[in-house]
Amino acid sequence: MDDVKTINEVPVAKPKRPKAKSMIMIGEQTKALFDSAIAAKEKGELVGWSGSIFPQEIAETLGVVVLYPENHSAGIAARHQADPFLQECEGPLGYSNDLCAYAKVNLAYATVLAGKSSVELPDGGKMVKPDFLLLTNNICNQLTKWYENLAKQLNIPIFFIDTCYNPWDHVTESRVRYVRAQIDQLIADLSAFTGKKWDDERFKEVMKISQRNSYLWERANNLMDRKPAPLSGFELFNYMSCMVCNRGKESTTAILEQLNSEIEKHIADGTSTYPTKENYRVSWDGIACWPYLRHNLHTLKEHGINMVASSYGKAWAIEYEDLDGMARAYCFASTNGDNATTMISRRLEALKKFGCEGTIYHVNRSCKVMDCQMMEVQRQLSKLAGVPFTSFDGDQADYRNYSEAQFETRIQGLVEVMEQNKEGK
Amino acid sequence: MANLELNLLKLKNACAQPRLQLEHYLAEGKKVIGCFPPYTPEELVHAAGMIPLGLWGGNKEPVLAKSYLPPFACPIMQADMEFGLTGAYKGLSAVIIPTLCDTLRCMTQNWRFGMKSIPMIPIVYPQNRKSPASIEYLIDEYETIAAVMATITGQMITEKALCGAIEIYNEHNATMNNFSKVANEHLDIITPTIRHIVMKSAFFFEKAEHTTVVKEIIYELQKLPVYKFTGKKVILTGITCEPNELLKIFEDNSIAVVGDDLAQESRQYRTDTPSKGGAMKRLALQWNARHGCSLVHEEGKPRGSMLLKMCQDTSATGVVNCLMKFCDPEEYDQPYFEMDLKNGGIPTLTIEINQHTASLEQISTRIESFAEMI
Repeated sequence: MDDVKTINEVPVAKPKRPKAKSMIMIGEQTKALFDSAIAAKEKGELVGWSGSIFPQEIAETLGVVVLYPENHSAGIAARHQADPFLQECEGPLGYSNDLCAYAKVNLAYATVLAGKSSVELPDGGKMVKPDFLLLTNNICNQLTKWYENLAKQLNIPIFFIDTCYNPWDHVTESRVRYVRAQIDQLIADLSAFTGKKWDDERFKEVMKISQRNSYLWERANNLMDRKPAPLSGFELFNYMSCMVCNRGKESTTAILEQLNSEIEKHIADGTSTYPTKENYRVSWDGIACWPYLRHNLHTLKEHGINMVASSYGKAWAIEYEDLDGMARAYCFASTNGDNATTMISRRLEALKKFGCEGTIYHVNRSCKVMDCQMMEVQRQLSKLAGVPFTSFDGDQADYRNYSEAQFETRIQGLVEVMEQNKEGK
Repeated sequence: MANLELNLLKLKNACAQPRLQLEHYLAEGKKVIGCFPPYTPEELVHAAGMIPLGLWGGNKEPVLAKSYLPPFACPIMQADMEFGLTGAYKGLSAVIIPTLCDTLRCMTQNWRFGMKSIPMIPIVYPQNRKSPASIEYLIDEYETIAAVMATITGQMITEKALCGAIEIYNEHNATMNNFSKVANEHLDIITPTIRHIVMKSAFFFEKAEHTTVVKEIIYELQKLPVYKFTGKKVILTGITCEPNELLKIFEDNSIAVVGDDLAQESRQYRTDTPSKGGAMKRLALQWNARHGCSLVHEEGKPRGSMLLKMCQDTSATGVVNCLMKFCDPEEYDQPYFEMDLKNGGIPTLTIEINQHTASLEQISTRIESFAEMI
């Protein structure tokens, strides 16, 4: 009797789902990138830091190792390690807490690398000190200022591709010519600075790989249109690093092929990694709220809400055939660089394609470019698509700008409207 | 002296009631274009035969604007949106919005959809000014603006008209820079508030008209003996230093403003348009020559050394950083120029500028302490 009681009292651990092979491959790829940067430094080669939607095919062709501060800051935030960096940045470094938290984490991290701060690096300094910066502003203007400061702090040069905000519904030819001229200049300048030789054949190869990766990434995203969706949508955030940091690499092709085959298997077997019944399908607008990803997911799961479309991840599905096409594609890639009409039409297409019943807007305190036109986009999109929305206050990396209670209440409200809509159908 | 007072009153009234200036020009049969800050290419508006009118916000609590902008958006943009939505800008033929920061990018879209009665013309300046291709790109942007304005006036802009406008603006720059110098010899009359009014009022007049008024002010000042100022002298840096009640605090503490690096004031006057070449290209080259501004990409963080030199040239012993609330470009510059000033032995005071703030008590105490320090 005692034995039975003991057995009954021991909580039965839920069997943990084995990690998908593609996820293991992502972990290996990320490690390989940081290892390659350390190895390059040891060999005396130059290593760069880059904006997340910079035409990385150039550095890839030259065989130069490049790391990505935005991605790195997101990782620090997701692992709840941002606090000492935020404190350092807003304290001794004298920056305003109004600024982007990715920038604040990174500027503090760079200060440690420069030997001027003693904040402990939780990753042992794997984001090695850069020798140059690759900057684009298709993400935002803040990136320009952030990199100006990094360049001064570390006394290193900036290689800049100014993509220009696009207030029009198409990319003007004047922008294409300007960006194309900068790409040509970048090739010459970066080759000279790094001492690497430009090889047209290698570039064609990299472009081909990059195009294949964009196709596979978009395909994986598109397979979420099945009902129920084959994946828990938040999982796709995990794969973004291969598109952000390794878009021109064959290792990414292998990962995305594996991911696609895993998704296809789920579809064939009628299974999904979404852990509960998919009651509602929603789209997610804005960067992930990395410090509270788990709470977001848990709350959504409670209601059976699966995030099947996001405005954000697909920014890296960059398609082009030549250098002019590359210039045009990088002007039009980021949702942040586009006008409201383009934003709305892209979102409307996604809401329809993925059968979304609602939209969740992340009012990301770090990101004015996302937030300052979001209200108008919400109104128009909701009217056009006939889909309700909710928003919540959060941050991509600053854990102080989020309320669990607010998120839960807002999601509850959205569920009620989505439920009414279901009943009305 | 009577002329001096009358001219200063004229400028003061324009700053207090820009709406009356708008109505005055409309009554004259002129078309008026609203110019969002900063660096709107006013020369193009002038050359098109229209009046450029600056839209620099004001003390207007956002109510309707809350449907467009979050609470952490720039106070100037919140006020501009509110003024627009409440009809204060009725009569404008269009607005031009330069997308020099993330909030301004979004304002182009908020205005486009929220204020359909007043068309929006965007200008996206190139930031990689080292690239020779940036000139061609910017000329194309200007030509687009000129084409849109031709649809408003029914007239094309001629090369002659644009060259004429450039001359008028260059002369205005020279006049304003001269005023800054002359003002420092008459700090009894040109108080921080008066100085600000003379600078800001340029946004509410046809420029040649403003030049004439300011030249008359300079002429009258130069007739007076040099005033020996015994108080403290400072330089202002930032986007704006408003409202007037804030400037009054400087006066109450015997602090004079002897120079500024404010986007609303001298930043716009320190770069002339070059004299040779086609007019559009000359304007593009002017953009390429702008410097020391948080909204213009530049490597090396040169603002600190520029401010130090300004202090040396004017005998200022302190710099007041007028930090526009939620202005990220300025916030990125702050640690660097403050450090340079500190290393150069110049104390800095940072005050937060929010046009909607009613209470200035805390700032008053801080300015008082700063006055004792410098």
